Amino acid sequence: MLLISCPNCGPRDETEFHYGGQAHVPYPENPNALNDKEWAQFLFYRDNTKGIFAERWLHSTGCRQWFNMLRDTLTYDIQAIYPMGTPRPDVTVPAAAESGTASTAADSTTTGDSAPSISASSIAPAATPASATAPKGATK
Amino acid sequence: MSTEQLPEHPEFLWRNPEPKSSYDAVIVGGGGHGLATAYYLAKNHGMTNIAVLEKGWLAGGNMARNTTIIRSNYLWDESAAIYEHALKLWEILPEELEYDFLFSQRGVMNLAHTLGDVRESMRRVGANQLNGVDAEWLDPQQVKELCPILNINDNIRYPVMGATYQPRAGIAKHDHVAWAFARKCDELGVDIIQNCEVTGFLKDGNRVVGVKTNRGTIHTEKVGLCAAGHSSVLAEMAGFRLPIQSHPLQALVSELHEPVHPTVVMSNHVHVYVSQAHKGELVMGAGVDSYNGYGQRGSFHVIEHQMAAAVELFPIFARAHVLRTWGGIVDTTLDASPIVGTTPVENMFVNCGWGTGGFKGTPAAGLTFAHTIATGTPHTLNKAFALERFETGALIDEHGAAAVAH
Repeated sequence: MLLISCPNCGPRDETEFHYGGQAHVPYPENPNALNDKEWAQFLFYRDNTKGIFAERWLHSTGCRQWFNMLRDTLTYDIQAIYPMGTPRPDVTVPAAAESGTASTAADSTTTGDSAPSISASSIAPAATPASATAPKGATK
Repeated sequence: MSTEQLPEHPEFLWRNPEPKSSYDAVIVGGGGHGLATAYYLAKNHGMTNIAVLEKGWLAGGNMARNTTIIRSNYLWDESAAIYEHALKLWEILPEELEYDFLFSQRGVMNLAHTLGDVRESMRRVGANQLNGVDAEWLDPQQVKELCPILNINDNIRYPVMGATYQPRAGIAKHDHVAWAFARKCDELGVDIIQNCEVTGFLKDGNRVVGVKTNRGTIHTEKVGLCAAGHSSVLAEMAGFRLPIQSHPLQALVSELHEPVHPTVVMSNHVHVYVSQAHKGELVMGAGVDSYNGYGQRGSFHVIEHQMAAAVELFPIFARAHVLRTWGGIVDTTLDASPIVGTTPVENMFVNCGWGTGGFKGTPAAGLTFAHTIATGTPHTLNKAFALERFETGALIDEHGAAAVAH
C-alpha cells in the first residue's frame, strides 16, 4: 500500500487516489499533421519504465486535484511530488544523498543496540563509501 | 469428488547446458509461452538448434503465479479462434507431451451481477456458439445446482443474476505444464538455459544478429521475445516501443480444505475468480493494481477488496485462512488482447500483451509464435494480433471477456 503525500492534504492512503498513468505527454501541437503511426504513438504508446517513472495521480476522495509524482516502479519508493505543469524534477542528485543518509541512519539504529559507540564511530568512515556507491544504484 | 493424487515429484527433466556461441533462433523468456514456442519450433518446423534463455529459474515468473484457469469464451472472432485453438491443444497435449499435468475440464462460470452484465454475457454466449465455442447461459438456480456453495440470495450487494458457463473449460497444474514442455523441448534438442539474463542485442543495421547476456554473447539469426511483464524493457534494449503497461496482479491461496468447490467461478464485476486446486487449496485471483509496477507485489487493499467479494459470494470461505499471497507482473494492452507478430526490428519477433490471461493461451501462443518466427509471416490465428492494429485501429476489444479489469 502506498502512502502518498498530497501537496494539498498531506499524507493519505493510496485508496484515496486515482492513477493517471504517465505524466508529461502533451496533446499533439498540430493534430492535423499527424499520420496514423504518430497518432498510434500518442493514443496507445506510453513509457513502461522499470525504475523511476513520472506519473499523474488524482486525489479523488480528497481535494480532487491532480499532481505529478516520481515513483520507482520496481521498489515503489516515491521520490518526488510536484505540481502539474512544472517540469520533471531532477532527483538523481538529491535521491542519492537522501538514500545515503537513510542507509547510514538505518545502520546506526540496527547496530546501535549491540554497540552504540562502535556504530557511532563507524558512521564517519562509512559515509564516504556509502555516498560513493549510492550514485551507482541511482543510475541503474 | 475426492482429493486427487498428484504425480510423483519428477526427476530432472532437462539438461542444464552451457550456452553455445550461436543458435538458429533464441527465445527470450523460459516461461510457459517461451517453452511452448520452442517446442513447436522444434516439432512443427524442425528447428532444433535453438535456445530458451531464462533470467531466473524455469517457469518462475507468471507461469508460477497465475490461477491456472483455461477457457476460450471470448467475444470476438479473432479471440475465439486463437483461444479455442488453445483449448483444443490443451485437450490433446497431455498425451502428446506424455505427461499428465491434470488438465481438469470442470467448467468455468462467469457470473453476471447487473442487468448490463446479463446483456453482455448473453451476447457473448451467442457469439461463442456461432464460433463453435461451447457456451451456455445459466439462471441463478442452475448456477446454484452446479456450484452449491455459491450464495445466490438477492439480498447481497451484487446478487448473482445468472452466469455464462463453458463446460470444457477448467484448470491444470501450471508447474507440470511447464515441466512437460521443458522435457519435450530437451528431448528434441532445445537448450534450456537458466540464470541467463539478456542485457542487450547485437544488431547489423536494423537486423538483430545476436543477444548479449550475463553468460556471454550468443549469435543468432532470429530472436523471439516471450518476456510478459518485462517485454517493454527488452523492446527498449532492441530500440523499439510496445503499447504495453506492466501492472502488478495479485492472487492468493487458502489452507487445504476438503473438496467443496466443484467448478471455477469468475466474477468480472466484483473482481474475484475462484477454484479449488487439486490438492485442496482455494485459489483466488484479484484485479490488477492500478499503478505501473515491476515489483511482483501489490497493495493490500486490492486483496481486501477481493476477499470481501469472495466471502459474500461464498459465505463458507469466511472461516478459511489465507496461506499465501503473491503478485506477478502482467503486460496489459489497451484492448486487452495480446500482441503476437513481427517488430520494427528485422528478425526480431514479439509475443506479449497477454496481460491477465496468458496461461490459457500458452499452447496457441507457442504454436502461432513458432510459425511466425520460422516463416517470418504470421499464422492465420495470430494475424489479427499484430502490432500494426494500433495504427490501423483494428483493435480487438476483449475487456468484457478478459475477466480481470484493467
